[in-house]
Amino acid sequence: MTGDLGVTGPRTTPGRAAGTGTAIRPAGEHALLVETGSLEVAHRLDALLRSDRPAGVEEIVPGPETVLVVAPGADRSGLEALLSSLLRTASAPAMSPASPAKDAGGATAAGGTVEIPVVYDGEDLRSVADLSGLAVDEVVARHAASEFVVGWLGFAPGFAYLAGLDPALHVPRLDVPRTSVPAGSVAIAGPYSAVYPSASPGGWRLLGRTDLRVWDVRADPPALLPPGTRVRFTP
Amino acid sequence: MIEVVSPGPYATVQDLGRPGYGHLGVPRSGAADAPSLRLANRLVGNPESAAGIETTFGGVALRFAAGAWIALAGAPCAVEAAGRPVGMCAPFWMPEGGELRVGLPYEGLRTYLAVRGGIGVDPVLGSRSTDSLSGLGPPPLRAGMVLPLGGAEPAAPIAVDVAAQRAFPRCPTVGVVPGPRDDWFTPQALTALYGGPYEIATESNRVGVRLRGPVLGRAREGELPSEGMALGAIQVPPGGQPIVFLADHPPTGGYPVIGVVQSGDVPMVAQLRPGDHLRFRKVRT
Repeated sequence: MTGDLGVTGPRTTPGRAAGTGTAIRPAGEHALLVETGSLEVAHRLDALLRSDRPAGVEEIVPGPETVLVVAPGADRSGLEALLSSLLRTASAPAMSPASPAKDAGGATAAGGTVEIPVVYDGEDLRSVADLSGLAVDEVVARHAASEFVVGWLGFAPGFAYLAGLDPALHVPRLDVPRTSVPAGSVAIAGPYSAVYPSASPGGWRLLGRTDLRVWDVRADPPALLPPGTRVRFTP
Repeated sequence: MIEVVSPGPYATVQDLGRPGYGHLGVPRSGAADAPSLRLANRLVGNPESAAGIETTFGGVALRFAAGAWIALAGAPCAVEAAGRPVGMCAPFWMPEGGELRVGLPYEGLRTYLAVRGGIGVDPVLGSRSTDSLSGLGPPPLRAGMVLPLGGAEPAAPIAVDVAAQRAFPRCPTVGVVPGPRDDWFTPQALTALYGGPYEIATESNRVGVRLRGPVLGRAREGELPSEGMALGAIQVPPGGQPIVFLADHPPTGGYPVIGVVQSGDVPMVAQLRPGDHLRFRKVRT
């Protein structure tokens, strides 16, 4: 592994690469948390790591502004130097000349576009319309017109946080979460949309439902929407 | 096959989990005290990764339809095999139709049972572990449930009669690597963390060990964007009482992690009972 050791600061006081707002922090003996400063850079770093996975790396977990790299078998200082080097590559604007500068989060080479057919008959269409001051038809139109990218997954296996929701539809979660939301429910909360991968409790506002399975443990990969995937909802 | 006569307070099938799917929202899961499962497997000649049974506060009774080699490791319990007392950390033969009874642990919390050939429930995403957070894998054991045997690679000869039992201290000192978000906390919080002691709360489970002790105050306002969580992470919710993440921890979380328990000490934390205590000690990587 190669890399520029000089870029990385001491492990206990995170090193900041000048001007980028990025750092590499320890997360125990076997993991490093790379601060990317943005979802777009997190996706690029995630893609770089997956396309040429360093020895000993067990997990690569992107978040909105970070990538956690768990590597029980890796040479720690070598990995830190490599991550530092990859982070600089991922942060360079030249990394993806084809993608627009203002895109929702920088879908990477790994992510295609998935179209999700939706029946917009959700129980919370009315409340979202009231909260946003829009007509129900307009809520549907704006959700279907939003260009989403999978930010990261969490909450439940296959639960993808979709960034790129029309700002007019940014509404708070339900005050009292539902005890059970059916699998396939299409929902929004805050700046995100999601498709419930399996039945679970949930506090997001339901706009509709889809028959498309976004999570299947028998499939490889089991998640239809890995980080970086572009998503559109079609009525 | 094995019939569950009684599952005790809580028992699950566990192997070494399903690491590698964190980016898809899948917890790693697997034995909370992995070294004890590995040991039990070695004692019956299994690969260390074979699926066994993880009991919580013992109390399990199992009937074996066919004869089988068995070993138990982890929290030591009084164990009877077909009416005969048997020891911990030692392989023994369970005759056909015999019943295995695991009592309450004398110390520690989780006891591991390995069967030569492994527990053969269907794997999900490469693992037979019950994930208590997401529900992946087989359901927890319940009376009347039948567990198939097999599934492990061909076994090696049984070569050891008895292995040393490790200690289960009730107030261990646990190594912590500071960060990644120790800068979210006041200097007083960092001093308090390494002062302790913290008591293990009853709400603890396979997801995490909830602690009660000195409150860890934040040095800054606001919310942390969700980020990846490591095994052993000490996450601090707004109330200031820390949680140590165990095997079924969520792969991402939104509360700052003040430090991460050293990997070698995580199994010791997983063996603490409600009412036990621990202290943290700062280590450098």
